[in-house]
Amino acid sequence: MDAKVIASAGQPVLKLQDISKNFGGITAIENFSLEVYPGEIVALVGDNGAGKSTLIKIISGVHAPSAGTITIEGQSVTMSSATMARSHGIEVVYQDLALADQQTVYMNMFLGREPVTRLGLLDRRKMIADTEKLVKELDVRIPSAHATIRDLSGGQRQGVAIARATHWANKLILLDEPTAALGVAETAKVEEIVQSLKQRNIGVLMISHSLDQVFRLSDRICVLRRGKQIGVRRTAETSKNEIIAMITGLQEH
Amino acid sequence: MSNANTNAAVAASFAKRINLQQYVVYFGFVAIFLFFAIVLKDSGFLTVRNLSNIVLQTAPVTIMAIGLVFVMSAGEIDLSIGSTVGVTALAAAVTINQYGLVAGVLAGLGAGLLIGLINGAMVAYVKLPSFLVTLATLGLLAGVSRSMTDLRSVPVIHETFVGLFGSGSFLGIPSLMWWTAIAVAAGHMIYRETRFGAHVLATGDNARAASVSGINVPRIRLTVLMISGTLAGLAGLLYAGRLQAAKYTLGETDLMTVIAAVIVGGTLLNGGKGSIIGALVGSLMMGMLNNGLILMGLSVSDQMIVRGLIILTAVAVSLREKNR
Ligand SMILES: Nc1ncnc2c1ncn2[C@@H]1O[C@H](COP(=O)(O)OP(=O)(O)O)[C@@H](O)[C@H]1O
Ligand SMILES: [Mg+2]
Repeated sequence: MDAKVIASAGQPVLKLQDISKNFGGITAIENFSLEVYPGEIVALVGDNGAGKSTLIKIISGVHAPSAGTITIEGQSVTMSSATMARSHGIEVVYQDLALADQQTVYMNMFLGREPVTRLGLLDRRKMIADTEKLVKELDVRIPSAHATIRDLSGGQRQGVAIARATHWANKLILLDEPTAALGVAETAKVEEIVQSLKQRNIGVLMISHSLDQVFRLSDRICVLRRGKQIGVRRTAETSKNEIIAMITGLQEH
Repeated sequence: MSNANTNAAVAASFAKRINLQQYVVYFGFVAIFLFFAIVLKDSGFLTVRNLSNIVLQTAPVTIMAIGLVFVMSAGEIDLSIGSTVGVTALAAAVTINQYGLVAGVLAGLGAGLLIGLINGAMVAYVKLPSFLVTLATLGLLAGVSRSMTDLRSVPVIHETFVGLFGSGSFLGIPSLMWWTAIAVAAGHMIYRETRFGAHVLATGDNARAASVSGINVPRIRLTVLMISGTLAGLAGLLYAGRLQAAKYTLGETDLMTVIAAVIVGGTLLNGGKGSIIGALVGSLMMGMLNNGLILMGLSVSDQMIVRGLIILTAVAVSLREKNR
């Protein structure tokens, strides 16, 4: 708790101000504001179609917001592509695993950003060493950095995806239902990995449908309903009942 | 450590599949070689001359196969390579006879590059399926090569060209073997050891993952088809050099052989995985098969049937692997 208070006292890693997003006539996000601090896990909850995924896509540069500003560590940014978001130290872990199944773990870890030697050839040694180091640090249990993704279990794959995000993100990791496709034991393992991200002083914004998970992992909970931010609560100071009421609209504030 | 068990199981199944899939072409190659060596021991199959002939004859197919490994690894297909050969060989022959060696070589390779560029642009930017685009250019180019010289054969009477791309040799090794070796070495290097090669595989494996990882997927699709077109152009030069003539029929029946060589060589039809060395061995296997079946005295139609059956088997194995 103390660490978080100190973190919160500093500058937010991500600050969204009055973000709106229209798709044609549909308003998916309306005047949304939120701050995420380094070393903090913020959960984004809401019913289906509330706009959670849209929000993640706006932050990760997939969609441009119709209005509002995004500030990264105090610097206002315009994000017109995923590449741009990445260059700002933001990484996304997608619900449906954006991994190349037939490639090795280490190639996936460096997908699109492979290091090369002085001769311009792939630096496999570096990729393998870095992968092994990170996988060990995060305790993602895979047979080896050489394993092919499709030979891994769902939990191991999601572990690789999170490890990849961790390797590249220095500010913010966005998780869109990271355990939606996983079994109980695998979910526990992935939760452990997400929890360990806090020590790296990275901000985490996570979508989850499981309130149990949200209460296990998050420091704060942000509720979204029909594109609007209904409220933000400190996890330690709220209850499932209150959050459910906010999600369903039985309580406004 | 309950994970140790599952990890061991994963490792075991991993090892099993590697053995099966990656080495199937080598086993096949050795098996066919031994079969012919025994059955045809009195028909001259095992002579150095016959064996080196097989290598020389397969040079154009091997070179086209290298291009197709890139294309198929990126999840695309190029059906136009065979008819590209006819056009590029004719373009080279006509240009050499009028403007000399350099212009002729550039015309042949340039025609291949241009065809690849058109195929690639239609696939990458107009977003049409490569199967349809290259099927259309296959037909179109077959018409172009027929109309270029009114179905006539064009002799190539340039000694240096014939030496470089046909019957010549350097350091005691025939030119066609040099071209094969250079193309295989360069192809393998680019495919396995460069970022481009990695991006080709990622594109064929999961285009969306590649795209969100910052890989320029359309440019990869364009580039692989340009590589394939240019290598088909080189194959056209090799045909023109070896036969000292160009005709619209050159390469026309190669498509099936090239696809077979690539698939037998361990490249998946749907992309994401492949091998240049495998394609070389696959191509040599096809050449050996051709040669052996002829020496066995099979009729042309029987040869076609046997080759077709082998391709069918190869495709079945490849798809089974993918859908495992
Ligand atoms: N690309 C799009 N085009 C049009 N409408 C969209 C698009 N993406 C999302 N929407 C709409 O925006 C709203 C929010 O969707 P989404 O962000 O996926 O919700 P959630 O992830 O919370 O379930 C929905 O009404 C959805 O139909
Ligand atoms: Mg969603």
